[in-house]
Amino acid sequence: MIPATFDYVRAGSIDEVVDTLKEHGDEAKLLAGGHSLLPLMKLRFAAPEVLIDLGRVEQLRGVRDLGDGRLAIGAMTRHIDVMDDPLVREHCAVLADVTAKVGDPQVRHRGTIGGALAHGDAASDLPAALAALDGTLVAQGPNGSREIAASDFFVDYLTTALEDDELVTEVRVPKIVGPWGWRYEKFTRVAQAWAIVGVLAMVKRSNGSIEEARVGLTNMATVPVRASGVEQALSGRTPDAIADAAANAADGTKPSSDLSASAEYREHLARVLTRRALEAAAR
Amino acid sequence: MTRVEMTVDGEPCEHEVEPRLLLVHYLRDVLEKTGTNIGCDTSNCGACTVHLDGRSVKSCTVLAVQADGSQVDTVEGLAGPSSDGDETDGWHPLQKAFHTEHGLQCGYCTPGMIMAAKDLLEENPDPDETEVREGLEGNLCRCTGYVNIVKAVRTAAAELREGASS
Ligand SMILES: Cc1cc2nc3c(=O)[nH]c(=O)nc-3n(C[C@H](O)[C@H](O)[C@H](O)COP(=O)(O)OP(=O)(O)OC[C@H]3O[C@@H](n4cnc5c(N)ncnc54)[C@H](O)[C@@H]3O)c2cc1C
Ligand code: FES
Ligand code: FES
Repeated sequence: MIPATFDYVRAGSIDEVVDTLKEHGDEAKLLAGGHSLLPLMKLRFAAPEVLIDLGRVEQLRGVRDLGDGRLAIGAMTRHIDVMDDPLVREHCAVLADVTAKVGDPQVRHRGTIGGALAHGDAASDLPAALAALDGTLVAQGPNGSREIAASDFFVDYLTTALEDDELVTEVRVPKIVGPWGWRYEKFTRVAQAWAIVGVLAMVKRSNGSIEEARVGLTNMATVPVRASGVEQALSGRTPDAIADAAANAADGTKPSSDLSASAEYREHLARVLTRRALEAAAR
Repeated sequence: MTRVEMTVDGEPCEHEVEPRLLLVHYLRDVLEKTGTNIGCDTSNCGACTVHLDGRSVKSCTVLAVQADGSQVDTVEGLAGPSSDGDETDGWHPLQKAFHTEHGLQCGYCTPGMIMAAKDLLEENPDPDETEVREGLEGNLCRCTGYVNIVKAVRTAAAELREGASS
């Protein structure tokens, strides 16, 4: 399978990306790691006329400490480099742990955090993680840059709040401070497959009880979902309350039915995986 | 057409290519290095695995233009020089171990398995069985049932560790 022809632009800077996007509008597509886009182009589900390669835009790579309790991760930072980054490991290891569950080693060597989020795929693991972390994305376009909360960024299946002439420059996540535990439970059909359902639970403990719980769900709607009912039910309670709270994990979700699972089965998985993830996170 | 320059198996090469040319087609059709196989063509099977700047990637999901300026290593560059009459004595420990441990049947997945395993062993010189299985998660084999592949990788790992310490 061979993609349709396109004009290839290898951008050298963020400004050049913005200028090229402005010039070509929705005929252009950004190419990051290519591990979502190239398969679509090979199937001719996507046939951009202009492909703007971000691979040489060094400004988009790497992790820095913003100095306000948050880390900024450049959009072109590859999954493997997020996992191995000393700042991420020290201050936001939960993100490294979720990223380690993305695809397989070869995919993690090419795929980027910016591409994984901008693609807006409900089955992708990182959107739910960013939602649970209350992270943000920085978008840049002809009119400058703006910061978008994860809860506003994901709009619908493969649809985000990005405009046609904007790119994601970085992803911002809070440093995780204090006695937090976490677990990402990813249920797949075969080893390296996409999540049928994924659940990230994060639990902050104090004196044996749960001070704060966060639950992010992968593939339970067209966008990542927070199980806010479960989160509220656990606040101030002991871990004994987890089983009852997790029974409501599918409330308010709208999972799809497909070849891998029916919507009902996904709801069942959400409840079971939420309980497992919370129990592991609270230990 | 776009000009690409890269080093493949230690040899510099330079061509004008269509931007839509996949790296695996560049290797197989332009450079005639057919050691790297195409299995699924959908980024799932890993048969097309090569190293791009030292890390394993599926070359059916990389454009040749993305590899411009990079170092590409394929299974064809693995073996060292061999002495007269015995081509096997230059083989890389992974090649030898897949042979001696019966890590292949039809052999179609083998170039990709070996390149994925090489990346794994560079990161983790002494993986246990689970670590080998997880490290090769991106590579499918329809023949062997994986048991002998895991054995081969661990045998090669032992030989490589010995080589490193002597
Ligand atoms: C075999 C396989 C298995 C996989 N398994 C998983 C999995 O289990 N979990 C998972 O989460 N993911 C999985 N992935 C997807 C992988 O993580 C992708 O790499 C990722 O989703 C997209 O990142 P990319 O850098 O490859 O983006 P690309 O494919 O290059 O781009 C994806 C989309 O985002 C846009 N884009 C890219 N960068 C930007 C930017 N900076 N600003 C604005 N728009 C941008 C592109 O225009 C395109 O529309 C898998 C992929 C493969 C091939
Ligand atoms: S041919 Fe590339 S992954 Fe199967
Ligand atoms: S040996 Fe036949 S596919 Fe692996």
